[in-house]
Amino acid sequence: MSTFIQSPFGQKIQKLSSLHFVIGCLLISTLYATVCNLAFTEGSFLHVSDYTISLFGKYLCYALLALAVDLVWGYCGILSLGHGAFFALGGYAMGMYLMRQIGDRGVYGNPDLPDFMVFLNWSEMPWYWAGSDNILWMVAMVFIGPGLLAYVFGNLAFRSRVSGVYLSIMTQAVTYALMLAFFRNEMGFGGNNGLTDFKEIFGLSLQNPSTKLVLFVATSVALCIGYIISHYIVSSKMGRVVTAIRDAESRTRFVGFKTEHYKVWIFVVSAMLAGVAGALYVPQVGIINPGEFSPLNSIEMVIWVAIGGRGTLYGAIIGAVLVSYAKTRFTAIMPEAWLFALGGLFVLSTLLLPKGIAGMLPASWAKGSEKENDGIEPSDNYENKRSESNNISNPAEAK
Amino acid sequence: MRLLSKLLSTLLPIFAVCLLSFGSFANTPTESQDQLTELMTQLPTTKLKQMPALITAIAETKAPEVRSIFTTLMNGDLYYVKSGKTIVKAQKNLSKNYDVSNILTGESLGEMKKNKIKKIRTNNALRGKMRGLLAQIDLTDANEDIRLQAVKQLLDKPNTASITALATLVNTEKDEDVKELMHVALSVNSLKTGMITEQLGAIENLKGSLEPSVRNMMIKKLDDLTQQLAQQGTVKTADQAALAKALTLAIDKIDERRNIFEIIENLFFGLSLGSVFLLAAIGLTITFGVMGVINMAHGEMMMLGAYTTYVIQQAFPGLIEYSLLMAIPAAFLVSGLVGVLIERGVIRHLKGRPLETLLATFGISLILQQLVRTIFSPLNRQVSSPEWMSGSLEINPVFALTYNRLYIIIFSLMVFFALMLILKKTSLGLHVRAVSQDRDMARALSIKSNWVDAITFGLGSGIAGVAGVVLSQLTNVGPNLGQAYIIDSFLVVVFGGVGNLWGTLVAAMSLGTINKFLEPLTGSVLANIIVLVGLVLFIQKRPKGLFPQKGRSAD
Repeated sequence: MSTFIQSPFGQKIQKLSSLHFVIGCLLISTLYATVCNLAFTEGSFLHVSDYTISLFGKYLCYALLALAVDLVWGYCGILSLGHGAFFALGGYAMGMYLMRQIGDRGVYGNPDLPDFMVFLNWSEMPWYWAGSDNILWMVAMVFIGPGLLAYVFGNLAFRSRVSGVYLSIMTQAVTYALMLAFFRNEMGFGGNNGLTDFKEIFGLSLQNPSTKLVLFVATSVALCIGYIISHYIVSSKMGRVVTAIRDAESRTRFVGFKTEHYKVWIFVVSAMLAGVAGALYVPQVGIINPGEFSPLNSIEMVIWVAIGGRGTLYGAIIGAVLVSYAKTRFTAIMPEAWLFALGGLFVLSTLLLPKGIAGMLPASWAKGSEKENDGIEPSDNYENKRSESNNISNPAEAK
Repeated sequence: MRLLSKLLSTLLPIFAVCLLSFGSFANTPTESQDQLTELMTQLPTTKLKQMPALITAIAETKAPEVRSIFTTLMNGDLYYVKSGKTIVKAQKNLSKNYDVSNILTGESLGEMKKNKIKKIRTNNALRGKMRGLLAQIDLTDANEDIRLQAVKQLLDKPNTASITALATLVNTEKDEDVKELMHVALSVNSLKTGMITEQLGAIENLKGSLEPSVRNMMIKKLDDLTQQLAQQGTVKTADQAALAKALTLAIDKIDERRNIFEIIENLFFGLSLGSVFLLAAIGLTITFGVMGVINMAHGEMMMLGAYTTYVIQQAFPGLIEYSLLMAIPAAFLVSGLVGVLIERGVIRHLKGRPLETLLATFGISLILQQLVRTIFSPLNRQVSSPEWMSGSLEINPVFALTYNRLYIIIFSLMVFFALMLILKKTSLGLHVRAVSQDRDMARALSIKSNWVDAITFGLGSGIAGVAGVVLSQLTNVGPNLGQAYIIDSFLVVVFGGVGNLWGTLVAAMSLGTINKFLEPLTGSVLANIIVLVGLVLFIQKRPKGLFPQKGRSAD
């Protein structure tokens, strides 16, 4: 609200500084990792191992995904428990392309058909695999696949004003249904095993450490671009409307905005970001299977954002990287404790850290860099307060 | 599960036959016993030509041992010991010797070398005769179940001797079921062997029969007829035409009836699946409807209930028959208490923030899953079913209600109506409804809404625990038991309309039935997907479910 009090000049400076700070941090750490990986030999104090590079490449994919979740949840109040579906669809688009790059180097050596189709005794490719060996087709599908699903689902859901927990359950049901569907061999996406055994991407061998480094840098750049896009969206006029919808949807509608249009729009953008994250993820881990659609995955994404601090873009990135890192450590040291820890994180973060890690940062820093751009804290809004005192027999209306 | 119970239902009567023949052992008149012993001594010396007479004589003693003697002889396991001429049952063992036991007394005579014993010879004609004699013995047995079973066997493997016996027996038969089946068997026989008019009459009699062998017989007959016609060219006698027409009509009629029963069977399966949905979702309806709380740990409450059943069975291994009855209140208490703890510890602090509640309860569900994994191991645990849950109620040859499904339907309806009664007739229910309609007003009228919340949550969780007891009878009891059902139960709640018990009932039953009717057409996974997508579309159309709450409380 204080935007209006400040001078336009000061506002602009602060906007730039917040954006630059995050982008700067990202690029510098990427550069550092790259240089240390290439320039220093193994055993050196400053050496960054190939393993770390591929690990952080994965984390940065998660960060981009968390950004996407934050965009809809933190800024528009749509708790999507199905973002894993967009992530996986993007991943499958990339997976199909990589599958076609294998050519006749597969186990069965069939130059035209991927291994699993040979295994299923299929004589030709299903129609939707047509063109999948084309880079442009792949890039288009990474955006179109998740975007289309988001557009169709968003249009159906937001037009009929499904919101709140109903919407969350619907998104969960969609990703669950997709998971069941992709598990079927008849779908033509490799069934249970998914797509794997990739050999190369754009002519670079995936086994090569330098390819991993390239992918890591590419992911980092993608994250930066995603961050810039998200930043401009939330600080644009449209973003303001979206935030208004989060805080008081009925009021925004009464003022004259077509709220469902804004919601569909932000949902589609977010789904595409998630799709890109998935597409970058697949070559780094070397497999995409229907497990990515599982509801548990989608909920884990939400917890990254919740812990990092929803409603702040950098919070989503912090949350994704920190929680994923904790997961890697935990599952390595004591695997059985990870679910306890994750469950505890869910409970504690919702109970004690409603604003996440971003909320714990020094108030002046958060105020100076983010408050103007990213709007009011989610819990401070009008409709929440009302529903707290009001009866909540109808959860659909309470946000 | 279904296969198992079918198997059991076919095995049980046979088991009963064995038991009954044992039972009559003691009461046999010694006279027939002596006769049998006397006749048995003739076995080693009788030539193969005179054997039929001897066999008939043995059968006529009607001693209970006749069955085992005949079956052993038919299998070629009947021997006699060369010294002493005792008739024995002998079977080759691993050390290439023979384990020998007296056929009349069952007393074991230890191991013998091959040269010590000699086989009693038999041939195919003799075997056929024995089979017929055995059937006749069974057909005249005092117990109607044995008679029924004998006629059934006759239907599957008819032989002339027994059919002739049947023709005379049918007039004296008193039991209606047996008599009807005997008529069917006779008709099948005359269809096979009789003159054209007899065949037509038989077809008329068999028109509505659901016995699988009748249908097979008719289809075979029709095939034969068309083959015959093909061989003899275009000339078709009036008789053949009439026969073919009658057969086609009768087969159509049978198929029609079978289809009807198939639909009824699907309906039954659908309702039983629906009642599982109902049990799983009904607790959710209360917590969701009254408190507006999405409890993602609801599935884990079911899991706790299932594990409670397991623990009770382990604690009282001698009381498997009663373990389910004990598990129901125990599971209710365990899950209910955990539910109250969750409400007091976590959910209370998240009032008015449903999305956060969703996340927190999801965290709890992860913790509970891991807890069970740590305590009981991640492997599935075996929960056994009591005897009274197995078996089936056979309505007719193509349709049987399995007891476990039947009980589950009845039980879920009982739980449903009990809950209904609590909500409608008790003061607790009144408070719960008051809070659900208008929390502030209820509090102003001195209802302790916090207390009501805790009790409501406990009640909902407790019912989930009871659902877990039921699930333990249907699926594997493992840490992921709850997750498999949670999405389905949410959809049931949303489909039926939040906070509406009747809506939940209708939604659960219709979802179960739709699922089961789609399954044969599309396969179970695709059926599941279709139902999910259909529901998502439905929610777009009616965001508040089938039966939305009306009036002021709705907003």
